[in-house]
Amino acid sequence: MYKMSKNVQLTAIILMIVGAVGLIYSFVDTPSSVEEVKEMLANDHHGDEANTANAANADHVDDHDSHAEHVLTQLKNKPWTAIYTSSLFFFLLALGAFAFYAIQHASQAGWSPVLFRVMEGVSHYMLPGAVILIVIFIFSALNMNHLFIWMDPEIVANDSIISAKTGYLNIPFFFIRALIYIGGWILLSRVIINNSRKLDNNPDIRLHKKNFKLSAIFLVFFIVTESMMSWDWIMSIDTHWFSTLFGWYVFASMFVAGITAIALITIYLKKLGYMEFVNDSHIHDLAKFMFGMSIFWTYLWFSQFLLIWYSNIPEEIVYYAARIQDYKIPFFGMVAINFLFPLLILMNSDFKRINWIIVFSGITILVGHYLNFYVMIAPGTVGESWSIGIPEISSVLLIAGLFIFVVFNALGKVNLLPKNNPFLKESKNYHY
Amino acid sequence: MSHYEAPIRKPLITGDKSYHDVTLDVVRPVEGKANKSWWIVFSISLIAFLWGLGCIIYTVSTGIGTWGLNKTIGWAWDITNFVWWVGIGHAGTLISAVLLLFRQKWRMSINRSAEAMTIFAVVQAGLFPIIHMGRPWLAYWVLPIPNQFGSLWVNFNSPLLWDVFAISTYLSVSLVFWWTGLLPDFAMIRDRAVKPFQKKIYGILSFGWSGRAKDWQRFEEIHLVLAGLATPLVLSVHTIVSFDFATSVIPGWHTTIFPPYFVAGAIFSGFAMVNTLLITMRKVSSLEAYITHQHIELMNIVIMITGSIVGVAYITELFMAWYSGVEYEQFAFLNRATGPYWWAYWSMMTCNVISPQFMWFPKLRRSIMFSFFISIVVNIGMWFERFVIIATSLHRDYMPSAWTMFSPTYVDIGIFVGTIGFFFVLFLLYARTFPVIAQAELKSILKSSGEKYKKIRAEKGDDAPLHDPYKQEAKPDFTNEFNK
Repeated sequence: MYKMSKNVQLTAIILMIVGAVGLIYSFVDTPSSVEEVKEMLANDHHGDEANTANAANADHVDDHDSHAEHVLTQLKNKPWTAIYTSSLFFFLLALGAFAFYAIQHASQAGWSPVLFRVMEGVSHYMLPGAVILIVIFIFSALNMNHLFIWMDPEIVANDSIISAKTGYLNIPFFFIRALIYIGGWILLSRVIINNSRKLDNNPDIRLHKKNFKLSAIFLVFFIVTESMMSWDWIMSIDTHWFSTLFGWYVFASMFVAGITAIALITIYLKKLGYMEFVNDSHIHDLAKFMFGMSIFWTYLWFSQFLLIWYSNIPEEIVYYAARIQDYKIPFFGMVAINFLFPLLILMNSDFKRINWIIVFSGITILVGHYLNFYVMIAPGTVGESWSIGIPEISSVLLIAGLFIFVVFNALGKVNLLPKNNPFLKESKNYHY
Repeated sequence: MSHYEAPIRKPLITGDKSYHDVTLDVVRPVEGKANKSWWIVFSISLIAFLWGLGCIIYTVSTGIGTWGLNKTIGWAWDITNFVWWVGIGHAGTLISAVLLLFRQKWRMSINRSAEAMTIFAVVQAGLFPIIHMGRPWLAYWVLPIPNQFGSLWVNFNSPLLWDVFAISTYLSVSLVFWWTGLLPDFAMIRDRAVKPFQKKIYGILSFGWSGRAKDWQRFEEIHLVLAGLATPLVLSVHTIVSFDFATSVIPGWHTTIFPPYFVAGAIFSGFAMVNTLLITMRKVSSLEAYITHQHIELMNIVIMITGSIVGVAYITELFMAWYSGVEYEQFAFLNRATGPYWWAYWSMMTCNVISPQFMWFPKLRRSIMFSFFISIVVNIGMWFERFVIIATSLHRDYMPSAWTMFSPTYVDIGIFVGTIGFFFVLFLLYARTFPVIAQAELKSILKSSGEKYKKIRAEKGDDAPLHDPYKQEAKPDFTNEFNK
């Protein structure tokens, strides 16, 4: 029986503390007035003669003012964006892992039951993750940040495009929807996981059948709510922009991240000797999913990008114009990380059985998909004032620490080998 | 333990079948003679095909003006039928490649016919890009061949050119995939043939397959590789077909969801067509022991899932049309739902969104009659889907002065009917001359998933021997001779 080791516990706590300190520092470090920003900008432009000369122009002073105000909003948004991106990334990772788990039930997979406890453990992060998201949303609704510009009544009043969308994008309805999604996901996941645990002591086939049905129900609920969630929580940041593919694109990202997390944790636990029933073939299968889903993600990324780039319709192209102008390296870099790396490394069948290769490519996939979320969110909130610095890194550390703590704590509470699953024997004897 | 399978899984081969029984059941239609009903159906298909051929010749020699197209609607039945046939073809690759990657054993009794269906459907689809051309005799200009016009080249920016590459690659890869899988089965027919002519033909078709261990090892490997290649291929082919519309700026066409949604629709309609064909085939060729209720049910589940994905895509499109705030986009969908082609839109919605939802009821999805009915409904719905996307987006777009209507002529309809006839001509010939079930593959799961062997394991435990113990006959006693 696995018990969270002191080392893991300590690492998680240190990550959380370092992350929290960094995040608090980033909030404190945020400029609070236009003057501060002006000073900052002046320092940046120090020696820029053309700029200084033009500053004499009265018109330009005005411009300069509004520019500084603009930058101030962006800088104020920076730590919020950082914590929102990592909170969302880890929450959706857990949700993606659970969707994978539900698919295993619904498809009656014969290879994966020995991995069920790991998948259940990862999806345990959904509850704390959801609480953090809701707290951030409440701050947004209270206008403590400008993550969602449509939550600002002043902007909505002056923007006819946004005000045409208030039927959907309004604060009460946003929260009702969020609670429905989160409530549905967590409730269904808890019931399914509890049934799976009950099966350990109670060899009743009805529990298995119940989980089969519940998983199907979850997946139907999921496909609808996941699309809507991605419109609400990510797409609405760029409130003017829209894309029909978006929901499925977000799904691919969280799905591959979830599978990767399952693989990494399985390898870790197996290394420690807690999962001797997991063999190379199980790892191989997980790696195949990482490989396949990375390509699937790229397919959706490319489809969305190509179609918008090709027709170049102004109301849509702004989305990519902003990203290519200001985010060139993360935008194209993440495609390289998320596509080329897995493609070239995980193509080889032997490599998919070598732990360090899976760990290495798994970490790159996680970094790449974090960047994907960053590039989806940041251009709409911090714009050209972005950087990957203290706020971003400390947010990732904070949430990663919490994630590790919650997941390993959950893993330590149950037997890692499920019992009485009708496919367990197939899974234990699985060889590919 | 390599043959172990959880007892909870339903058998995929019912009855008391042995390896030899599988062989006999698969070759029966090939070695037997066609009956009267085969000839009747074949004649009907042939007449439809010839009629279609006449319509094609008439179009090409007289002009596209014989169709119902007009200046606003340059694409209607031609491309609708093209996309419909390509979509149908996709299920074959899905079944043979994707289900292979996911190690679905149930694919083994349906993959051969599904692949045949792919190839015959892609052949039908391939007709349309040529015959809908104004000057089809210049069709070879779409190929980047060095020439005497100062090496005049093609423009690689057009999805219609990508279509050329996609469809031709798709057809060639599917053909190779199908044919390599056929080698052991052709060899089996060759080895059984008693007539010299048959032996000669199947000898040529089977490429001298002798079934050595090394051959089998490479056979399996090549199939995995081809499945791995065919899966992205199948996604990309229908994606490229969807690009024909999605790269445009037409409201109702320009939408990013088209690539995965066309693919989902292709699986949806393709599986429905497989169901239509196989429900008939299992009856006509007495293959009920191999294409079981379980197979039909699983195909229905795939139809249900992909139908739901298509449903989500429809709703997403509707929502985004409203959310976008683009009035053209909003009008395009309003026009679909309430315009002059409302009946097409609502038949599409009924057939594609509502009908697969019946499959949630186990009673319905296990009913052969109901499955057959729904499979037809789905294919009608998917034809309407393509028609709605193509025609209703074109007939009313940006400039109201260019609004118009479309109605097909008998030539449009005749060509479509002709392709259906041609498809069935090919499929009927296939069903009489090819091993319609991949017997070699099926034999590999007989002991893990056959009803007979599952019963043995249920009774005697998982490690029970699955073969009859070899009986040593008593040796003659030579003692007396020896002592003489």
